Amino acid sequence: MNDMRIAERNVDTNESKISARKVQVYYGTNHALKDVDVDILDKTVTAFIGPSGCGKSTFLRCLNRMNDTVASARVEGTITLDGENIYDAKVDPVQLRAKVGMVFQKPNPFPKSIYDNIAYGPKIHGLTRSKSELDGIVETSLKKAALWNEVKDRLDSPGTGLSGGQQQRLCIARAIATQPEVLLMDEPCSALDPIATAQVEELIDELRSQFSVVIVTHSMQQAARVSQRTAFFHLGNLVEYGETGQIFTNPKDPRTESYITGRIG
Amino acid sequence: MTDISAAPASGSHRGSLLVQDELTRKRNAAETRFRLYGIVAISIAMLALAALLISIFSAGMPAFRQTFVTIPIELPADKLDKSGTRDSAVMAKVTTVGYAKVINEALAAALAAKGISTDGMTEKQIAGLLSPEAPAQLRNYVLANPAVVGTSLPEFELLANGRVDGFFKGRVTMESAKLDSNITPEQLQVAQKMTDAGLMGKRFNWAFITAPDASDQRPEAAGLGVAILGSLYMMIVVLVLSLPIGVAAAVYLEEFAVKNFWTDLIEVNIANLAAVPSIVFGILGLAVFINFAGLPQSAPIVGGLVLTLMTLPRIIIPARAALKAVPPSIRDAALGVGASKVQSVFHHVLPLAAPGILTGMIIGLAQALGETAPLLLIGMVAFVRDYPGGLPGGLFDPATALPVQVYSWTTRGDPGFVERASGAIIVLLVFLLIMNAVAIVLRRRFERRW
Amino acid sequence: MSTGLISLIVLGLAAVGFVLGRNRAIRDAGGDTRVLHSLPFFHGLVVFLATAVPAFLVLILWLIVQPMIVNSRVSGMIPADVAPDAAAQTLALSDVRRISGGLDAAIDQDKITPDELEAMTTDATDVRALLGTVGVALGSDVNPAVFEAAKAYRKLDATGAIGRTIAVLAAALLGFGIAFPRINRDFRARNASERFITVTLFAASTVAVLTTVGIILSLVFETFHFFTLYPALDFFLGTVWNPQFRGGSELGILPLLWGTLYVSFIALLVAVPVGLLSAIYLSEYASRRVRTVVKPLIEILAGIPTIVYGLFALITVGPILRDYFAQPLNLGNSSSSVMTAGIVMGIMVIPFVSSLSDDIINAVPQSLRDGSLGLGATPSETIRKVVLPAALPGVVGAILLAASRAIGETMIVVMGAGAAAKLSLNPFEAMTTITVKIVSQLTGDTEFASPETLVAFALGLTLFVVTLGLNILALYIVRKYREQYE
Repeated sequence: MNDMRIAERNVDTNESKISARKVQVYYGTNHALKDVDVDILDKTVTAFIGPSGCGKSTFLRCLNRMNDTVASARVEGTITLDGENIYDAKVDPVQLRAKVGMVFQKPNPFPKSIYDNIAYGPKIHGLTRSKSELDGIVETSLKKAALWNEVKDRLDSPGTGLSGGQQQRLCIARAIATQPEVLLMDEPCSALDPIATAQVEELIDELRSQFSVVIVTHSMQQAARVSQRTAFFHLGNLVEYGETGQIFTNPKDPRTESYITGRIG
Repeated sequence: MTDISAAPASGSHRGSLLVQDELTRKRNAAETRFRLYGIVAISIAMLALAALLISIFSAGMPAFRQTFVTIPIELPADKLDKSGTRDSAVMAKVTTVGYAKVINEALAAALAAKGISTDGMTEKQIAGLLSPEAPAQLRNYVLANPAVVGTSLPEFELLANGRVDGFFKGRVTMESAKLDSNITPEQLQVAQKMTDAGLMGKRFNWAFITAPDASDQRPEAAGLGVAILGSLYMMIVVLVLSLPIGVAAAVYLEEFAVKNFWTDLIEVNIANLAAVPSIVFGILGLAVFINFAGLPQSAPIVGGLVLTLMTLPRIIIPARAALKAVPPSIRDAALGVGASKVQSVFHHVLPLAAPGILTGMIIGLAQALGETAPLLLIGMVAFVRDYPGGLPGGLFDPATALPVQVYSWTTRGDPGFVERASGAIIVLLVFLLIMNAVAIVLRRRFERRW
Repeated sequence: MSTGLISLIVLGLAAVGFVLGRNRAIRDAGGDTRVLHSLPFFHGLVVFLATAVPAFLVLILWLIVQPMIVNSRVSGMIPADVAPDAAAQTLALSDVRRISGGLDAAIDQDKITPDELEAMTTDATDVRALLGTVGVALGSDVNPAVFEAAKAYRKLDATGAIGRTIAVLAAALLGFGIAFPRINRDFRARNASERFITVTLFAASTVAVLTTVGIILSLVFETFHFFTLYPALDFFLGTVWNPQFRGGSELGILPLLWGTLYVSFIALLVAVPVGLLSAIYLSEYASRRVRTVVKPLIEILAGIPTIVYGLFALITVGPILRDYFAQPLNLGNSSSSVMTAGIVMGIMVIPFVSSLSDDIINAVPQSLRDGSLGLGATPSETIRKVVLPAALPGVVGAILLAASRAIGETMIVVMGAGAAAKLSLNPFEAMTTITVKIVSQLTGDTEFASPETLVAFALGLTLFVVTLGLNILALYIVRKYREQYE
């Protein structure tokens, strides 16, 4: 635990971006998430940790209503983004997801060129009026994702031809190309080797300056390394939520402590 | 929206989530349109299915009911059995012409008794109310029951003419009768009066299912007996040959085959054979079974062989899938207690896969039952009135098949045959429905989820 | 002895062999079956198989070879004036068979004795009347040469039957004699019988290959025959199809090929959008309830025999198209037309396109859909811009398979497209296809060896090559596509 870079971190801002109140999720009759209250801060990396099946990914997918695509899922409670309830009947999930981007566990580049992968989001959301603007977005996004130097000479080659780590950074670049305000990451490094993981983690740290980042991870070390705030989920409950340093060094709940010290999970 | 793209750095100026912007509205409209295309496509498919079934059923249902004339008939011994022996072999000398006279007299008497006037109609026209098949009907009845000669049959049913039958089914009208050389409006009026007097009426017609085919002029007498029997014989051949061969081939390929060139060749072969047009199998049957092996034309054995070759790949493929679905752990368990490979397959894998194999088999048979094109080429389209003999010799007798009978009826001139053809299709569809229902029940009842 | 009786005897011998083999094994083990290498059942099985299999092989071989030999001997006895050509020869031979069958029946029913038959000639006896009494009706009086041939046929057949009986029984006994002495406690009877089973299974799997070989050989052989009578170049490049009964036919395939492609094109025009959009809707939008109802309904379309579609074209679609489209638009007045056949065939092909597309669309990984939806794409944008491009090769494969299906379809075009070979663009005109002409040339009354009949084999070969090519290409594309996501 000593090697974790916890002490160096301070929380930059306290402005709340997303607030969840009394969120319940059911898959059919299975009550998967119970009474979750969370405030996610802007320009912060928030980590969700917990044993598998604890509901952390489920909650993440509530934040941009990806659970809508699962027929049996039902969400109750309120989640607000900048004060607007995202589960309001008037909200179009399409518009929501433009604001709340998502990166998935397994790199999932479209079977298109690298350029088209990045340009996909801006195109469907009508973010550009000209080819040169689009070129600009592609370049900026790739640069922000620290991928530009590796792929700038082969933007026309298929995105599926990249290495696993590159593919995941491509997916991150794709997500930031739509200029979201929040970036959700569902175990983004679980399919990557240690070197690629380090690159992605470094990237996440840089993204913090522009977005609010929420990351689900099964690795406590990763949570400790990249996040400022951490939420611990267990059996569908949010057990403890607070500053990362506090969670890892001085957990208040005994369940958190057991998990951190490796007794459950 | 536009000012956002001008200032891409921060998204936070973007509009409220609660208000749909212009672009999103457009995109959602496109979304709705796209969904609509899908619904339209499905509706087209459903409508086509409905139109197909409605058209066939509305054209075919009348075939199961037939108009009959019921009149008392005197059977004078001096005309039908001059020898007086009541020996049907001797009585067979009296042809249908002789019986026609008897019937005509009986009909005239019956009309007179009911007070139906036939003024202005020729004798031929009166006789034309009945089917040309009617004398044969009476003759067959008398030859089968020689004792009735000399007595009087109080109520004998005779087939009405096809046009008269068509009149009661709405196919023939007074207007069309004026233009028709086979029927006159006067005849139809008499037919209507006979119906009112109870001499004529429609009833369910078993003969449609049991009787053999009839010639061009008498659609009312045509039946499916020979065709159903021929189809049945062919299905027996297909079942007897393709079940063992198909299962054996599937077991070999799935359980025993080592991956090599020859196995690859067999696999590619089976995949492609399943997609070879059926008519090519007809050419194969003509060239190999009839021209080379010298088997008789129109015989169910040849049809059965052709359909077997055609059905085999369609059985092997689902049989292999069924075998593949049996988890390897079952094989391991059997091998683990010292069973040989053959024993593990025949004692454990095959019984577990049997329901799946059987389901595939039934569906393959159903496809074979409906197949027409290859049978045309091996002469099954011939006009056959004699029932094929009993098994196994009957396999070599000429016969026809249900779908081929449909085709040959559609090539006939008399519009009455359209009704017959559609009716035959209903029979065919009923058979297919039964087979598929059995397959579904089998699958539901025995399907195992591993 | 009849074939059935011989088979029964062989089976009986084999059954006896089974019991003897089994008992010998048990005896050799001194009654303790545990010391046997294989179960007693397998010892019995080995003897059973050794007795029955060679005997049946001999029987089958004999049944194939004997008629060939007898026919060739007998046909030599029929003079040229009775049978001037091959067709008459075939007819005469079938007369010979009928007469000889009648003579057999006559002897069985004691109408004549074998000695009387030996002395009988057509001059002295009314053979036709004699055969009539045993239920064999002949069309004309019996030609003396044919009658002699029939007598010879009878004799040869009888000799053959005796030879067959001896050979088959000898084979059975020989097999038994070889297998039985080898039975002892250490004999690996299970391995031997299992080897036999494996070989049998393998043989069954080769039937498919033999079928293909049979198809290719019969098509190629007769096509070659056709090209010796009619120049191949004229066949492949001829634009006129005009068969004549008396020769001098023009047999160009191009009008037929045009009709085939035109009908198939219209069929795909109907089936591809409907099938593809249905598949998309069902797999991406429809609720489970809708899916469980609609999917089987669409599959019913695939289970309906093509003759039903043919009748539908003939009695419903054709007249509707003619009365409401072709005649008002002055485009023709034929109810059978390219349009009729094309639309009906399109309906038939819908389930192929939709079920194949369904498989292919479902093979696109969910992660791609999630990726697109996560970026804020609508479902239709996801389908059009991500799922369909990803599935494109598979969909193309599915369309090729559907095309091959449409090209080879027979009954719908026979009943819906018409019989006139034409190179025309008007879809409301009757045109004809390759399959229609295969049927009409092979079911006609023309002589088999004439180019008018043999052309059907050339057409069949063309059809086979085209559909096979499309299939192989489609299967290759689909396989490549699947590998991509496995």
